Parts: sequence; structure tokens; C-alpha cells
Amino acid sequence: MTTARIHSMETFGSVDGPGVRFVLFLQGCRMRCRYCHNPDSWKLDGGEEKSAEEILNYALRYKSYWGTQGGITVSGGEPLLQIDFLLEFFKACKEAGIHTTIDTAAGPFTREVPFFSKFEKLMQYTDLLMVDVKDIDPERHLDLTRVKLDNIIDCLRFLDSISKPVWLRHVLVAGYTDDDGEILRFKEFAQSLHNVRKIEVLPYHSFGMYKWEALGMKYSLADVEPPSAERVEQVLNMLDAQSYPDYK
Amino acid sequence: MRSEWRGFKGTHWLEDVNVRDFVQNNYTEYNGDESFLAGPTEATNKLWGRLQELQKEERAKGGVLDMETEVVSGITAYKAAYISDDLKDLETVVGLQTDKPLKRAFMPYGGIRMAQEACTTYGYTPNPKFEQIFNEYRKTHNQGVFDAYTPEIRAARKNKIITGLPDTYGRGRIVGDYRRVALYGIDYLIEKKKEDLANCGCGVMTDDIIRQREELSEQIRALGQMKVMAQDYGFDISGPAKNAREAVQWLYFGYLAAIKTQNGAAMSVGRISTFLDIYIERDLKEGTLTESQAQELIDHLVMKFRMVKFARIPSYNQLFSGDPVWATLEMAGMGMDGRSMVTKNDFRFLHTLENMGPSPEPNLTVLYTKHLPEGFRKYSASISIRTSSVQYENDDVMRPIWGDDYSICCCVSATETGKEMQFFGARANLAKCLCYAINGGVDEKSLAQVGPEMRPITSEYLDFNEVMHKFDIMMDWLAGLYVNVLNLIQYMHDKYYYEAAEMALIDTDVRRTFATGIAGFSHVVDSLCAIKYAKVKCIRNEQGVVVDYETEGDFPRYGNDDDRADDIAVWLLKTFLTKIKKHHTYRNSEPTTSILTITSNVVYGKATGSLPDGRKAGEPLSPGANPSYGAEKSGLLASLNSVAKLPYEYALDGISNTQTISPDALGHDLAERTQNLVNVMDGYFERGAHHLNVNVFGTEKLIDAMEHPEKPEYANFTIRVSGYAVKFIDLTREQQLDVIARTCHKRM
Repeated sequence: MTTARIHSMETFGSVDGPGVRFVLFLQGCRMRCRYCHNPDSWKLDGGEEKSAEEILNYALRYKSYWGTQGGITVSGGEPLLQIDFLLEFFKACKEAGIHTTIDTAAGPFTREVPFFSKFEKLMQYTDLLMVDVKDIDPERHLDLTRVKLDNIIDCLRFLDSISKPVWLRHVLVAGYTDDDGEILRFKEFAQSLHNVRKIEVLPYHSFGMYKWEALGMKYSLADVEPPSAERVEQVLNMLDAQSYPDYK
Repeated sequence: MRSEWRGFKGTHWLEDVNVRDFVQNNYTEYNGDESFLAGPTEATNKLWGRLQELQKEERAKGGVLDMETEVVSGITAYKAAYISDDLKDLETVVGLQTDKPLKRAFMPYGGIRMAQEACTTYGYTPNPKFEQIFNEYRKTHNQGVFDAYTPEIRAARKNKIITGLPDTYGRGRIVGDYRRVALYGIDYLIEKKKEDLANCGCGVMTDDIIRQREELSEQIRALGQMKVMAQDYGFDISGPAKNAREAVQWLYFGYLAAIKTQNGAAMSVGRISTFLDIYIERDLKEGTLTESQAQELIDHLVMKFRMVKFARIPSYNQLFSGDPVWATLEMAGMGMDGRSMVTKNDFRFLHTLENMGPSPEPNLTVLYTKHLPEGFRKYSASISIRTSSVQYENDDVMRPIWGDDYSICCCVSATETGKEMQFFGARANLAKCLCYAINGGVDEKSLAQVGPEMRPITSEYLDFNEVMHKFDIMMDWLAGLYVNVLNLIQYMHDKYYYEAAEMALIDTDVRRTFATGIAGFSHVVDSLCAIKYAKVKCIRNEQGVVVDYETEGDFPRYGNDDDRADDIAVWLLKTFLTKIKKHHTYRNSEPTTSILTITSNVVYGKATGSLPDGRKAGEPLSPGANPSYGAEKSGLLASLNSVAKLPYEYALDGISNTQTISPDALGHDLAERTQNLVNVMDGYFERGAHHLNVNVFGTEKLIDAMEHPEKPEYANFTIRVSGYAVKFIDLTREQQLDVIARTCHKRM
């Protein structure tokens, strides 16, 4: 049995995929996003270890709240770093008739085995992926996250090729990821895919700042203000978010 | 069949007083959405505008607009009066408690001292003749109670281990079946009560027969007075109502008689929504009423419920902050035959919160189950999100016990409409009881010997088994004393402050429940967990009384869906009720218990010493069945799951749970939030939970409202607290801080 390294669990996730969801946050991430609000989830060897069965049994206590839409979302950290666990966990979820979602930045994706064959199999047990594209420009992506963009794009192309439903997410950070030109490039990219069911724009917030300080790290976005509700609305319009089937 | 009943179906209700049968045979299910609803009429806007001015004036005058000092309240004590003489033609529902809107009546029968103090507190001087009348010529409930109290009861009362006793005012919680006035008219109801009187006893005059005969005579007299009162407003209510407007008016006259004669803490309206819809539907079909007029009727009726006032004393206001009256009114629920009882009228009552803005009263209560039509569940959830003025109770756990015609007689307690009454009273502070168990019956605050003089615990560290043994004995003592205090109070209330008007609208062969209550629930559970799973060191004063605790190590807490803690919670509830049930209860009433504390958790907390769970002396107790402050570490649903484990069958008087959710934690927009809230309630109630108060706002808003109560947007800012709703700015600062301190479920 494979165990997972867990950062935390949230019994009431209402903005982590469709409906009310149990959210499992896995420990470990290789991205170093400047605005990350959970830098404590970066460390690969931290967290508590739990088995898939243990987690599923616990999550099932909340099944009555999920209705027809809700289910389980695995987030992180970066969930794809623990793909062996994910495979086992989602297989069990699907056997229990639960809607499954992965909230990922797709960083670990590669077409090389053994990852790729595992990922292909994982997709059989995954109903939805929420893929956070940090920045559509490769250089800026590298600057913002310290990892490359190309395999993330490749992941989305692959998901398109197997018609796997995807919600695209974009964190709006003033001065970093809210340039009109970038937004329009992101829109074009999204429209080139056929499997996108929703685009979400997440306004940047600085709630995670204290965690950086607690971890003794310097927070480089200390002076950045959260975007206004109007700007978020405007960006949603620029992205033509209303045109996607899961909008509202 | 009488012409007033044209078009109505069914037979049983024609032969006997049986409103349930009438409702089941005649209501029209509604499965649609809110699109049919009408906005406020000009008349509604004008009347409500005037009333808001009066409310503003009331607040400016320190919470009381005007008080009676010359007239003792009664059904016929006042001539007809209106919200405003120049707008009286606009009122489609008439009737005031006194001669002026929001003026508080003088009600001495619960206790003359209380009635006088209520006046003098706000700068009014009651006529001195009342001092003489109600001390020398006519005894009140309060004097009766104190004549019979024992020293032991007085000590328990003074030290607040039993607290909130209704020994100076009306016990309340009796819901007259006010629908009967509309359906049958007064004459038929008198005729039926006269039949009951004729058949009461075989001639052998035992205590209960004598009392019953006297009570029936008083009921008949009250019914007669209702007719006189209505006559003064220009209505003859001797016969049935013949249309919707009359039905609303007749019903309200019944309720008005109750609130003119009784000042109970809870004066509920009952399950009237589906009933009134039958009349509205008939008028709509006959073309004599439009939707806009139907909404106007409901708006005006609700306006009347928003105006109910009683004169209270400061110590009462500390317990039940914000001037609540618990004019509780139910919507929805399912019939025993599986049909939803949601009608268009259930939408109309919720819609009053849009037409006239949020309001604490009436205490709008949705009898919830996931089997209710989706359109209604969504509308109701969206109203909750926008107004935080609605509470939810699980019809699926109540219906098997109370049938499909029950009302809520206080905040969360069910009672079969027209068939039952309740002997309500107070709460046993189980947190204090735990302190008594440790200290051998010595009060941890006053250091007086209040409980039985048992051997105290002398060890430095608490031993779980020893504590449990002593706690069991102390709970036995407390349960016994508590039942006996209540027996005494109910006896005196029947004798000196009988609810003739309400009981006239209830079956003569009434079933009585005896409603006890628990305070400090979560703290006892967490303290026992601390003793069991961590190390609890006693800190003693010079006399050797434990006045504080030092707890080392972690322990499970109630509110995290952790069975180690939640099993103790279930055990505590079952054990307490079992102990209550050992004792004889007045008039063969059926004992029940509740886990609800209203806003009194703050006052109860003040009287309670430090506890092993880490709560310090004087800090508020957690309200109702809510987990303790800061104990909930696993999110909203884990907390709900813990509360849902408490078996309703052991707390038939209700298990109150209040949750505040930040809007952002509920979803991105109203549609998503609505759907998610519906999912939360579907899930919670499916797990067998009883009650949920839903607040949707962030802590920031509360803090701003506390600091800037003068801002117009906060004038009607309503929040749900344990068991009722209240205008936030009307709470004491202490209670505001308490509400703010409670967990607001949000996500980062």
C-alpha cells in the first residue's frame, strides 16, 4: 500500500472544483512561485503519512454534503509528485462512485515513462483537472515560478488529445501576471484547446505572507496590492470566460 | 356547509376542531421558483417607513419608545389602535398590543416587582395603586414561587447552577392554534369548550378536575373577550373567516390576545404559512385577490410580528439580548403522506425579508429536508446568504415524533400545534456541576456550600474515573433539584398567571412536555476529554477549593468529528436526560431536554469558574450545542458532523447550532454560494442533525458594525445567534465581542 505525505485536509472546500468538496492537500512542490500562500507545503519530505484507505474512509464521512456535483479534490503542494498514491487513491474513489478532481500546476508532467504511463492510467480515474497556468510567457513563467513552462503546455495538449475536462486557472498578480497582452495570449491558448470547460481568475492575496516570514524567507511581493473586483471582472471578460460550458 | 367554507374539501375538520385535517385536504403544493413574487406595495412602503422611524426613535431613547403606567394589560384593556392614524386605511391587518405602536404594556401577573422595575429602568413611574393592588389584594406568580422556594433552591438559583428560571415573568412557549379562530370563528370554539366543561369529571372533585374546570371557564371567558376586542376594530369574529384577508386578520386577533395577556420569553406564532395559503389560493382562483395584494397581506402581518414588545428588566436583557420575543413562524416541512407542504406562501414569508429588509422577528424557521422542492431550498438559501435571518430545523427527525402539524414554540423546540403545551424553564449549568463534583458541592466562585457536602477531590492531578464517579453523583443531585424547582414554578404559573387565551386555542386534553435544558455542554465534554487524554493539574486556593486548572498535553475536542470526544458528548446528553426522567414531573408532563442557551451563554459564563478544558473563569460558555471557541480545527463540516451525532431522541426540546460562514468560503458568486449552502444543509440534516442557524458574513463586517453602529446599513443588520435572530447593534458590547470571537469558517 502506498502512503501519501499530507500537508492538510479541508472538510469544506467550496471553491476547489464543482460543488462542495473534500480537499486533500499533499505535501511537496518543486515550484517556487513568488506569491505562493502555502510555502510550508514545498518541502518534499515533510507532512504526515497516511494511506489511501485511511484518507478515503475519513473523506467518506462528508459524502452526504457533496450532493450530485461535489466530491474529492487533491491539491497541494503539487499532487502529481505523488502519482503512485494518486493512482491508488483515485481508483478507490471511483470504485466508491466519487467525483475526482486534481488541482495541479502540471509541473511534473513529462511524456517519459514511467511517469507518462502512470499519468495515462490516472486519467482513467480522474474526472476533472484544474490546471493553474501561472504565466503564459515562458520567460516570465520561469522568473515567477523557477520552473519551465513547456511541459505544462504539453500536459494541457495531451489532456486535450484525450478530451479530459479541464478548468484553467490564472492567478492575477498586479505587475506580474495581469498584463493585457499576456491575458490575450492566454485567451488564444485556451481557445486552441477543446477540453476547457471553465476559466477561473483568482485574485492574488497576501494572506500567505506571514508563512514566508515564519519560514525565514523573504517575500518578494510585499508591496503588491490585490487586484480590484472590477479588474478581475474585466480580465474574465477579456478571456471570454462566459463562453465556457461550466461558467456559472 | 357554511358559505365561508365554500370550495374546501375534507370531512373530519367539519365535525371536530381539526386544523391539520383541513390543511392536509386543501393545500396546494408549489414546486416552482420565486419568479411569481410581488414587490412591496405603496401602502407597505409607507407603513414600514413609518415603523422604521419609530424604531429609530426607540433606539435613540435607549431601547424603549413608550411604556404603559396606568393600565393593566388584558385582551380588552385597550380600544382599537393603529400604527398611525393618518395611515390607518392602509393597514390590511390591524391590531396593536396597547394604544400606541411599540408602546410596552404593563403586565404585573408574572411579578409586580419586575413590572415596576421595567418601568422605572426606562424613566417611567407606574401608578402607585398597582403596588398596593398586587401586593395586598392580588398575589402574583413571583410571590407564589418565592413563598414556596426552599433554602437549597435559593442557593442554587443565587449561585447560578440553575439559571434563567421563569419566576418573575411568563413561562411562554405555549403556541395557541391561532388558525382555529380563522377556520371556525369564536362561537364554535366556545361551543366546543363548553362541551368539554360539561364533560369534565364525573362529579367527584379531585384536584385535577377542579383545576381543569376552572381553567376551562377562564378559556371560555378569554374567547369571549377576543370577540369584544375584534369588535372594537370593526370585525365580527364569531364566525369563520370568509376570505384571505379575514383569515389573516382573525388569526392575528388570536395571537394578539396572547401577547396582550402573556409576556413569556417566547411567544411563538406557529405553523400558519401553509394554512393561510389555502385562503389566498381560493381568493386568487376566485379573482378577488391579486398576487400583489396577497404579498401585501403577508407583509402587513409580518410587520405586526415585527412590532411585538414586552417591558423587561436589565437582568432579563442581559440574558436575552436585543429585545427578542421569539415570534417563531414555520415554513415548509413534509406531510405524513410524503407530499411537500411548501406553498407559495412559504416564499411570501421569506420574501418579506426582501420587501421590508432583514429583521430578527418573526423568527422565520424553515422545516428542512432535502426532499423539499429544489426551488424552495435554493430560494431559502439565497435569502439566508443575503439576510442571515433564517433558521433551519430538520423535518426528517421531527416529523416521526411530532407529526406534520407541529410548530416551534421557542427557538428550536417542537410542539404539536393545538394538541400540546410546554412547561418550560431554565437551564442546568453542567459546567458548574463538574466544578461542584471536583469541589464537593462548594461553589467555585462564591465558595459557599451549594451542592451536597460530598468529599472533594484532593489529588493534585485529576483522575478520570474519580471525576466521573463524583460528577455522576453531582448530576443526580442537580437533575433532582432542577426538576423540583420547575415543578414548583409551573404550579405557581398555572395558579397565578394561567395562559387562558392560548389554552383556549388548544385541545382540552392537552399533552404536556416538561422542557429542561443544558448549559455549558461543550465545555464539559472537552474538560472530560482533557482529564481523560491529557494531564490536568488542580490549582487550589487557601481553603483548598480548586479555582483553576493547568492542562498539559493535547486532547481531542468536540467539534472535530473525532469520536473520542463526540462519544463523551453523546454520553453526557443521554446521562443527563436519564437522570431528569427519574423524577416526578408536574401534571404528568413528559420530560425532555435541550442543548440551547440563547445569548445567555455570556451571563452563564460569567458565573462559571475555570474549567479543565482551558476556558478561564468568567469567559462566555459556548452557545447551545456549539463546539467551544477555538476547538474546531477541522473545518465547518467536521464541526457539523460532531453536532449531528447528538441523538435528537434524547433532546426533543432541541439542539441548537449556530454557524457563521464567510461569503468567500461559500463560493465565488450568489449562484454558487446558494448551491453550496443547499448542499451543506442537505448533508447536515441527512446525518440526523436537528438545527442550524446560518450566518453569512465576514468578521470584518461585525467589527465595523460594532465600531460604527450609527451607519445606516447596520440599522437592520440582523444576525442569527443561538436560537433566535437579533439586530447586531442591539447586543451588549460583551455579546458583540462574543459573537466576533466565535469561529467564522473561512478559507485562505
